Amino acid sequence: MTVDILGRAGQVRAAGECAPRSARDPVNQPMINNWVEALGDANPIYTSEAAARAAGHPGVVAPPAMIQVWTMAGLHGRRAADDPLQIMTALLDEAGFTSVVATNCEQTYHRYLRVGEHLRMTTALEDVTGPKRTALGDGWFVTTRNVWYSGEEPVAEMRFRVLKFAPGPAAAPAGADAVRPVVSRDTAFFWEGTAAGELRIQRCGACGTLRHPPGPMCPSCGADDPGYVLASGRGTVFSYVVHHHPPVPGRTVPFVVALVELEEGVRMLGGLVGVDPGEVRIGMAVEAALTRVDDGLTLPDWRPAR
Amino acid sequence: MTGIGGRAAVVGIGATEFSKDSRRSELKLAAQAVRAALADAGLRPADVDGLVTFTMDTNTEAAVARELGIPQLRFFSRIHYGGGAACATVQQAALAIAAGVAEVVVCYRAFNERSGHRFGQFSTALASAPTSSGVDASWSYPMGLGTPGAQVAMVARRYMHVTGATSEDFGRVAVADRRHAATNPKAFFYGRPITLAEHQASRWITEPLHLLDCCQESDGGVAVVVTSAERARDLAQPPVLVRAAAQGSGPDQFVMTSYYRDALTGLPEMGIVANQLWAQAGITAQDVDVAVLYDHFTPFVLMQLEELGFCPRGEARHFVADGGIEIDGRLPVNPHGGQLGEAYIHGMNGIAEGVRQVRGTAVNQVARVEHVLVTAGTGVPTSGLVLGR
Repeated sequence: MTVDILGRAGQVRAAGECAPRSARDPVNQPMINNWVEALGDANPIYTSEAAARAAGHPGVVAPPAMIQVWTMAGLHGRRAADDPLQIMTALLDEAGFTSVVATNCEQTYHRYLRVGEHLRMTTALEDVTGPKRTALGDGWFVTTRNVWYSGEEPVAEMRFRVLKFAPGPAAAPAGADAVRPVVSRDTAFFWEGTAAGELRIQRCGACGTLRHPPGPMCPSCGADDPGYVLASGRGTVFSYVVHHHPPVPGRTVPFVVALVELEEGVRMLGGLVGVDPGEVRIGMAVEAALTRVDDGLTLPDWRPAR
Repeated sequence: MTGIGGRAAVVGIGATEFSKDSRRSELKLAAQAVRAALADAGLRPADVDGLVTFTMDTNTEAAVARELGIPQLRFFSRIHYGGGAACATVQQAALAIAAGVAEVVVCYRAFNERSGHRFGQFSTALASAPTSSGVDASWSYPMGLGTPGAQVAMVARRYMHVTGATSEDFGRVAVADRRHAATNPKAFFYGRPITLAEHQASRWITEPLHLLDCCQESDGGVAVVVTSAERARDLAQPPVLVRAAAQGSGPDQFVMTSYYRDALTGLPEMGIVANQLWAQAGITAQDVDVAVLYDHFTPFVLMQLEELGFCPRGEARHFVADGGIEIDGRLPVNPHGGQLGEAYIHGMNGIAEGVRQVRGTAVNQVARVEHVLVTAGTGVPTSGLVLGR
């Protein structure tokens, strides 16, 4: 990858809050009126002085959920050059993750706002993680944190997360062109297991020896009627590769394949997802992350342990 | 020498040019290589009564015999496991000759591995075969691991972790091969040595392997003629005795993905080959004057040096860094340039180089050669030879 996403994210995060953006207008009654009408919020404390006082407020207050409204840039507004979300969006566009979808928005209101208050808002980059394989395509999650100030007093905060992703079939997880396993009578239990959400390890019906990959006859005792146990799904990376070339059907490079040593003692190969390839290490704790491709195939992938 | 050791000899070697586009059929390459080898031996097609090749070769023994005008074959055989077959073709010939089944056996391998079917690409067909091989492949190909480079990279990463070897250590193998190839006019990379910096700057194929850790893709054919030690004395070339020939497959063996056994830092199947070779030839690793080590990927050259006993476990990087594999080193390795430098003919060009080193006719000739070790494909069930006077 030519764009150093994590490196740049580290710099932006270290820079902290960007310069504050001032609200175009103070908190005002006409905008409140429009908003509550549009959302069908009939609470009178937003429109009636008397009702607001009766509820213990000094006067009309703004609906807390309007907080973003006050500092919106308007139809032709542009984000500031030092806006962390703007910087990461441009960087990810450049890296080919050109589409965006908002995934999380958590707001915290420290107090009600009153008509006449003039707000300022800052943005800081909280986190960037990826590349992640999602149903929309491979992408990066960008999390920012906004703080609204009235004077020097923080009055509300918001954690906002977007997924910047590369759309289209090429970026989809293993799909129609995924390489499918040859399933034999000896190995069907494994693939039926992944499809059922289970990671199964072959266990000799006679001597109990665990074995992966599975086979028809126990190399330890010669018994030929194996069963299986369920893996805990925990393991460590025994070795791994980062594949760049040549192209692999159903995969977007670079991707990581890991040889995982399960805590039960057997080793198993699988994709390692949800991790920056540069951060994988031998010995790293991982957990099973079964990836459903379609009705016929669920792959035994792994992700960093939580 | 015990068993078949010393009972057969290589009496002819032949090859086409090594290129990226031969512009002819694989059968034509095979026929030309065999004819060249017979000419080198001073034998006629009618003298041949046995043919051996790889199961992967696309030219049947019958087709090759037909093109050469070989009137009858009494022995034909094929060996499995890709490049692991190389030295075993000569073992097959030596066995047939020692048993009196055949008298003159030609081993051949010919392909358009660059302009035609490229082994380095991801082969979905291989992964979907309704065989035990297909089932084995199901534990790696669907997970995205299905190219030889990636399969080796998985072992290489572990080897680095355990031994402290670095990408530069792998690179020194490539630099040595290319330095040797640079003075070999038959090599594709004749006159084109590389530096360690160039190795490091070459693009990733599958980390930790760079492009220059990977052998070439080549078009070409190589053949060697084997007959009895007795008959060899009367032929055109000084005989090169097959002092030892062996195959090996190890515990919990897979093809390129033996990831489920031991520490993943050795090549047990090659150790099994080595033990037989030393016993048959009545020598030890210390008696080897030149080694032609299979070098499809550089990490496995380091691991072979250890597995074959040329240095202690984990110390191959020091052996290589000290110049041990240079022409004037403790163990000259791949004086022809190997498969990274000369050509990738699935190990058969390495056997031809072993023969030249014993004859004393190699372009990068090592002084006073008595024993040459040749190995076949690594990471797969494999084989090896000791050639000598």
